[in-house]
Amino acid sequence: MRPRARFGEGGCAEHAHEQLVEGVTLVKRRSGTPVGFAEEIAAIPGGERLRECIQCGACSAVCPLSAYMDYTPRRLIAMTQAEMKDEVLGSFSIWVCAGCYACTAACPKEIPITDMMYALKRTAIREGVHPRRFGTPVLAREFVGSVDRWGRNSESRLAINLYLKTHPRLLLQDYPLAERLRRRGRMRLRRESIRQRAQLRTILRAVETGPDRAPETGGGPTVGAGETR
Amino acid sequence: MSYSYYPGCSLKGSSNAYEESLLAVFETLGVGLDELDDWNCCGATAYAAVDQMKAFAMAARNLALAEETAEGTGPVDLVAPCAGCYMTLLKTQRYLNKHRSVADTIEGALEAGGLHYDGRVRVRHPLDVLVNDVGLERVADAVSRPLHGLRVACYYGCLLVRPFATFDDPHNPTTLDRLMEALGAEPIDWPLKTRCCGGSCCGGPLVGTIREAGLRLISVLLREARRRDADILVTACPLCQFNLECFQDRVGQEFGEPVELTVGFFTQILGLALGLDERRLGIQRMLRWRLPELTSADGGGVHAYA
Repeated sequence: MRPRARFGEGGCAEHAHEQLVEGVTLVKRRSGTPVGFAEEIAAIPGGERLRECIQCGACSAVCPLSAYMDYTPRRLIAMTQAEMKDEVLGSFSIWVCAGCYACTAACPKEIPITDMMYALKRTAIREGVHPRRFGTPVLAREFVGSVDRWGRNSESRLAINLYLKTHPRLLLQDYPLAERLRRRGRMRLRRESIRQRAQLRTILRAVETGPDRAPETGGGPTVGAGETR
Repeated sequence: MSYSYYPGCSLKGSSNAYEESLLAVFETLGVGLDELDDWNCCGATAYAAVDQMKAFAMAARNLALAEETAEGTGPVDLVAPCAGCYMTLLKTQRYLNKHRSVADTIEGALEAGGLHYDGRVRVRHPLDVLVNDVGLERVADAVSRPLHGLRVACYYGCLLVRPFATFDDPHNPTTLDRLMEALGAEPIDWPLKTRCCGGSCCGGPLVGTIREAGLRLISVLLREARRRDADILVTACPLCQFNLECFQDRVGQEFGEPVELTVGFFTQILGLALGLDERRLGIQRMLRWRLPELTSADGGGVHAYA
């Protein structure tokens, strides 16, 4: 039996983690050791609030998609704080999240939960641990590749690309819908672009070489983020 | 009254009916919208899943351009009708104001591109402009075909009021309901005003693996609106409109029971009440548009919006 957390003592949070994830080996850190997963995620702007989580579950209750998640948002926060990096980044939940901010609005401790989900997505994409052919990361990569290059998103082209790279079979299934939209002038294959593409490229490159490129404050290098070079 | 206008990619694509109806309605009400020259994609929510700082830079270029083109040194209103763009631009501005590390990086990046941003832009949604700048009284005065008897499910979606509740309540917003009342319509009372439609980031039913989850969210919204006898569901977001309109057949197949509901933009309904021609409101572009016959308040006959 592990000692229960006592208030007013250092290490309270750590004891809490032990209770939450009993049976899982904890990575204990002292100052001076390399930055861990929890700290990396908490490094997003406003992310220090993550440590304030009281595990009330308001986020999970209000989440319209938690029924489809392997770990609810509340559990993901606890697991992140407990350094369960592999489980968190490998979870289905972070890709099911639709980014609707219901959890953020409901959180009594004002934790930027949705932004944390984005940080987890970025880390998973960067480390290449997201499930293959899963729509959301493919969408994100294709989308970024296109807007980096052209400055605008060409919806129809993105949709077709997404189908081809995830579930080509569905392209046939959804073709009648595409045709109905096309007949109504809602689907155009024309490439949308801005004029000052070079300026945009310069701006984005300056971010990459900018002063603040710690992995999670900036989002890290966009490896595989797909501008076709 | 004139505003800088940021259309965003969807209003130039699958949601051109939103742009057409917005421009027609604002023109009728005497509000100018000047499209921001050479605007780029706001980065949407998908960019944040790859690189947050570059996503901020994408949005910040637009803020800088809006400031550059505006006259004077006062605040610059930038109207963004897409709820996704609206939230993304707003979020960027908040982070620039609040977090030094973000501001420094973005400032340097914009400078490299020959741009500068002072933080003077106020990101606005057309609904906010209508309710707070134009005023509902003026809107009501301009109504020529009141929508008496039309039962409207006002659907705000997620990003219009979350996480930044700038002009309405994040849990129970009312601006759209009040606008519909000003047009003579009857907003239904329902609890799903801000429940996510699933279209924002999980790609809706486009994405195979979570297709079932996306369809479920659509089904919940449409069914509840039908159950409460709504004639139409109105949105202020191109993603919600697309998602809720285009996959009704699929929802029927998945859950065994067909669910059909007209899903339009709030600007289209406003345009009808202002007496504008359907073609100016892009109504011929909708996959489904069936509204009941409405009786005018003055008893002067019946007009159909079918």
